[in-house]
Amino acid sequence: MGINEKITSDFKVVGTRPNRPDGVDKVTGRAKFGADAYAPGMLHAAIVRSPHAHARIVKIDTSKAEALKGVKAVVTRADFAEGLTGENWNILENVMASDTALYDGHAVAAVAATSALVARDAAKLVEIEYEQLPHVTDVDKAMAPDAPVIREGAADKSVPEGLHPNVVRYHDSGHGDVEAGFAEADLVIEDHFKTEATHQGYIEPHACLAQLGPDGKGEVWCCTQGHFNVQKVCAALVGTETSQIRVTASEIGGGFGGKTVVFIEPVALALSRKTNRPVKLVMSRSEVFRATGPTASTSMDVKIGMTKDGKITAGKGVFRLQGGAFPGAPMEFTAMCAFAPYALENVHQIGYDVMSNRPKQAAYRAPGSPMAAFAVESVIDELCNQLGLDPIEVRLKNASKQGTKASFGPKFDRIGLVETLEAAMAHPHFSAPLQPGQGRGISCGFWFNHGGETAVSLALSEDGTVALSVGTPDIGGSRASMGQIVAEELGIAYESVRTTIADTATLGYNEISHGSRVTYATGLATIKAARDVVKKLSARAAAKWGIDEEAVIWEDGCAKPAGPNAGEFEPLPLAKIARSMGRTGGPIVGHYEATPEGAGVSFATHIVDAEVDKETGQTKVVRYTVVQDAGKAIHPTYVEGQFQGGAAQGIGWALNEEYIYGEDGRLQNSIFLDYRIPVASDLPMIDTVIVEVPNPGHPYGVRGVGETSICPPLAAIANAVSNAAGVRLRELPMSPPRILEALEQQAAKG
Amino acid sequence: MQYHTPGNFEDAVSIAAKADGVTRFLAGGTDVLVQLRADIVTPDVLIDIKKIDGVKDIAREGGGWRIGVAVTGAEMSEHSELEAEWPGLVEAMDLIGSTQVQGRATLVGNLCNGSPAADSVPAMFAAGASVSIIGPNGSRKVAVADIPTGPGRTSLEKDEAITAVHIPARGKNGGDAYLRFIPRTEMDIAVVGCGVNLRVDGDTISEARVSLGAVAPTVLLVQAAADAIIGTSLDDAAMDALAAAASAACNPIDDKRGTIKFRTHVAGVLARRAAKIAYDRARASK
Repeated sequence: MGINEKITSDFKVVGTRPNRPDGVDKVTGRAKFGADAYAPGMLHAAIVRSPHAHARIVKIDTSKAEALKGVKAVVTRADFAEGLTGENWNILENVMASDTALYDGHAVAAVAATSALVARDAAKLVEIEYEQLPHVTDVDKAMAPDAPVIREGAADKSVPEGLHPNVVRYHDSGHGDVEAGFAEADLVIEDHFKTEATHQGYIEPHACLAQLGPDGKGEVWCCTQGHFNVQKVCAALVGTETSQIRVTASEIGGGFGGKTVVFIEPVALALSRKTNRPVKLVMSRSEVFRATGPTASTSMDVKIGMTKDGKITAGKGVFRLQGGAFPGAPMEFTAMCAFAPYALENVHQIGYDVMSNRPKQAAYRAPGSPMAAFAVESVIDELCNQLGLDPIEVRLKNASKQGTKASFGPKFDRIGLVETLEAAMAHPHFSAPLQPGQGRGISCGFWFNHGGETAVSLALSEDGTVALSVGTPDIGGSRASMGQIVAEELGIAYESVRTTIADTATLGYNEISHGSRVTYATGLATIKAARDVVKKLSARAAAKWGIDEEAVIWEDGCAKPAGPNAGEFEPLPLAKIARSMGRTGGPIVGHYEATPEGAGVSFATHIVDAEVDKETGQTKVVRYTVVQDAGKAIHPTYVEGQFQGGAAQGIGWALNEEYIYGEDGRLQNSIFLDYRIPVASDLPMIDTVIVEVPNPGHPYGVRGVGETSICPPLAAIANAVSNAAGVRLRELPMSPPRILEALEQQAAKG
Repeated sequence: MQYHTPGNFEDAVSIAAKADGVTRFLAGGTDVLVQLRADIVTPDVLIDIKKIDGVKDIAREGGGWRIGVAVTGAEMSEHSELEAEWPGLVEAMDLIGSTQVQGRATLVGNLCNGSPAADSVPAMFAAGASVSIIGPNGSRKVAVADIPTGPGRTSLEKDEAITAVHIPARGKNGGDAYLRFIPRTEMDIAVVGCGVNLRVDGDTISEARVSLGAVAPTVLLVQAAADAIIGTSLDDAAMDALAAAASAACNPIDDKRGTIKFRTHVAGVLARRAAKIAYDRARASK
């Protein structure tokens, strides 16, 4: 998609709010999720997991498990592909440990049996001899000179000499001269911040049903954000060819980035190959917490200088991210997003990717960005407080605009940060009076958004309805949006479009549903595929009328002569062309395959009011408003849902969610009772404002919206809580004991 | 695993006495079944006592109440007379779990699970409730305050079962209250719980019982806290003394749900707040 193409602005279906096509199935229980698949002769699997944070696997004795009635097979690392390198090796090492268990919950073996109960009992009979090794789970401790080494030689070339081997990647970027910038400032504040790891908290645990024959041909049904990725990874890990594994994505009960990763599918395939039976594998909630990816925990230092009239003169950030026992903590995103909302002449950011004895972190909604905003926007709030400046006016004064050189390098194209700030300022929430004990917080947030490999297909049926096949699992209402796009382009009813998440044998490669890319990239491909169909429909009409194809236009669902010169013909509706298509040239199918690269970045501004009980440290979020640039909202209700979802998850992350490790390196809170995500009664009604500054890189101006909504909440809530409590909170979660502690320390200081 | 549905308590305890391995009595199952599924306790013998006559009844007994062992939280909340007399007890039970759990969970289950953080137990302590027990050696009646002996442990003998809960007569000018602290608003376990039951004579507190949950190996009945407010009109000095006594009684642990320091402090805060509610209720009652 080039920016020379005109952006559509006159819509009939886009921008309306039809019911989602999967809604009735979901509320009636008919929708099939990961664990809802059954096959004749199916076995059930259970995974044996390390109880130790770090231990050498001395010996695995499977004989007692194999002797149990009903047990059909046990697999260990020896049952997977050998000789893998790079990321495939890392994934396999996480899917099934080789010689060392790297975290509490790391898979060491797996069992398949005739029932789930037998499998669970058999898992307890697998005898594993461990030699416990020293462990570390805290990011700062993992970088300290005396920290145990998770894996020698894991660092890449980016890491400067002299750092601990647990530092495996390093990032350094920026421009200008920050020291000169700080010298120009009237006030410079530098603070240290920490955030704990939080889990995506999707309600549906990982689940799959897999079959792999001795001929290397396999089938997988699973809940995932990206079944083409599952296909590719599974083929590598079990040692077969990609096209021989066919993967179908089930309905998905939440992902938020956490289901972009492969954990159990290769295990089920290996067990299936060994037993020649279909194998079902469903994680428990505890397994989800212990062994799938939470986000990274962080330790951050941020220093910002400001003049007394509110100009930011320089910003510097050091971001240390702990990403578990594998490289990959998204520290470069943290670094690159940190100062992105602001036009800074002097900016410098450093990132460290640090390994520890925790599960491998996975993407979580704008990976890395929310923590950066927490640190940077807290310091800006403190600068505003101390200089007596309005927090929105200061942000407006420094806001990035079209043409600004971004903190991470390139120049911004058309962006909507200023518009979100202006809309926030104009919102009644911003000027509403606060009650005693309440505080207000503001924060901006930024996310890049993404395009990625995309392929779609659009087939006409003989009755004039259409079937759209996409390869991106629907994690946010995308079937509704795609249906609207097809209806818009073809001029037919929304209800006449059926959108299916096609399996991996049906379409070309589709990247995972991540990076807020689906409405942008799959939407763009759907527009192009629909336009391809229009071209073919017009050609059929031209042939029927005996005129040039160029002399036919498509309008209101009909082919029409372009003008009087083209001839006098009755408009030919889509349904009529479809009815005769077998006789006029065969089936009509539109398609589009590309890697769109014009995903427009998205900014948001959040306003939060919080009330702190100073006797108990308990925080209640009493009012919340999300203002975000969507470029163009295809289905405003689902855009608002993304805004609210990001805010809701941010509230949990800010206030109560955390991974709690004991001295023994074991996760202490691997159930929803003790891993405290917000419940409905913890949340206020979250108000939303959709700002639409069109993205020049999309035919309708669409920007991704799914991730930016979680970037501002940590900071906005921290600012609100700090303003309510009268003391700055610099560590997440801002749990009641932590708030009481901060109040007490402040009282002691006087 | 064996599953039994005896028709009376004598049969229930006789099945238990003859059983080998791990035995569990099953009423609502909100602990037993969860522990089974989570691999924490896998019973060899499950004795379901819901089929026994009278276990679902809330009945007058003297001036007080007899509550059957299978009466659920939802049934207690819907019993307007019980709620009018013992709002603190009913609210404590109602705090447990979700709406679905409320349709299953019972007072006796909450008591026998032995958790120091059980919400209904401090309320029963404060109310002065007792339970009837049947076992191989006959029947006895014991104060609820004498049941818990440690985390997950009770004073019930092997193969004994509780057959009913007895709530004393409310009497005149009395009121009770229970508050718990959780970081969220719902679906959590008490980090601190506090029950207060008192009687007034005019504006003066004439009797009081104060209990604390989740701050020691068992639920506590804190006499010093009660003494701090008896004879007072719950003025600021009495409140301060109450909070200090409540905090002083705490012997909590640091764990994933809260710290020693936090629990000790919040016990005092909750004692003040619960006492205020109970006091206002007592003065408003006839």
